[in-house]
Amino acid sequence: MIWEVFRQERKGQPFVHGGSFHAPDGAFADAYAREFYARRQESVALWIVPREAITAIEEFPDEFDLKYRRVDGYSIKERLREARERAGTASSDGAR
Amino acid sequence: MSDRARLLLELADDELILGWRNSEWTGIAPFLEEDVAFSSIAQNEIGHARALYELAARELGTDADALAFDRTLEEYRSAPLVELRRLEWARTIARHWLYETADAVRLEALKASDDPEIAGLAAKMDREETYHRIHAEMWLDRLLAAPEGRTRLEEGLRELWPYALGVLDDELRPVFVERVRARLPFELPEVEPVPRGRHEAELEELLGEMTMVRRSAPTGARW
Repeated sequence: MIWEVFRQERKGQPFVHGGSFHAPDGAFADAYAREFYARRQESVALWIVPREAITAIEEFPDEFDLKYRRVDGYSIKERLREARERAGTASSDGAR
Repeated sequence: MSDRARLLLELADDELILGWRNSEWTGIAPFLEEDVAFSSIAQNEIGHARALYELAARELGTDADALAFDRTLEEYRSAPLVELRRLEWARTIARHWLYETADAVRLEALKASDDPEIAGLAAKMDREETYHRIHAEMWLDRLLAAPEGRTRLEEGLRELWPYALGVLDDELRPVFVERVRARLPFELPEVEPVPRGRHEAELEELLGEMTMVRRSAPTGARW
């Protein structure tokens, strides 16, 4: 049985996928997760999940190319530069 | 030597030799995850041995390395249970579980010791041993759950039982026996303990290997 591990490095931070391992049941998974992901105090909390309990979604059709739903192509940097020029506050490197 | 120093050396020798024996699985345990977990337990045991030797060394006017490596075979106080070389997984688990169960009884007594250094160290060790016990118990359940595992575990426990009885003294042994009997679904025979103080043939070989670096660099090896 494969288990996926999500670990939290500090309280309040999001849980991030840390890896996976084999364990025959929850008791073994608990023991192994502690060894692999928290023995050196590198995590403050762990979530361990049987891989089969995870619903994976991998297909996202976008047949009609609805560009207006996306945020790419809209350069905030460029807009900001223009706005600053209008206001007369643009800095010499143009990036501030 | 005081009773205190003798007690510390018994504990330290048990942990050092068992740590060494358990580390013999590193690289060849039944599967990768267990390899890492069991090696980690072995490292913990050796860490406990070091702390115990340091405490004994202060009293004896020496250092932990000298106690761990420079004594003669006869001077080791380890229980024969930990000296046996049994590179077979069901027997390894049988020993691991028997030792951890006995060690729990011993640590409970030591945590109540009048000697604050011993009580403190016992409490510190027990916080790690808790996880060793969880590991031993989960493996016991796992082996008991299938006919082949149960048969092999039972064989191992029967073989090691007289040795396990020799880990604790007459005062603590009954508590250990009671816990073992309450946990196992089969009976273990009434047998005489294999006492501490005499050594298994395998110990000599182990000490030869364990002290090799120390003997080859008498002024101290540095990494």
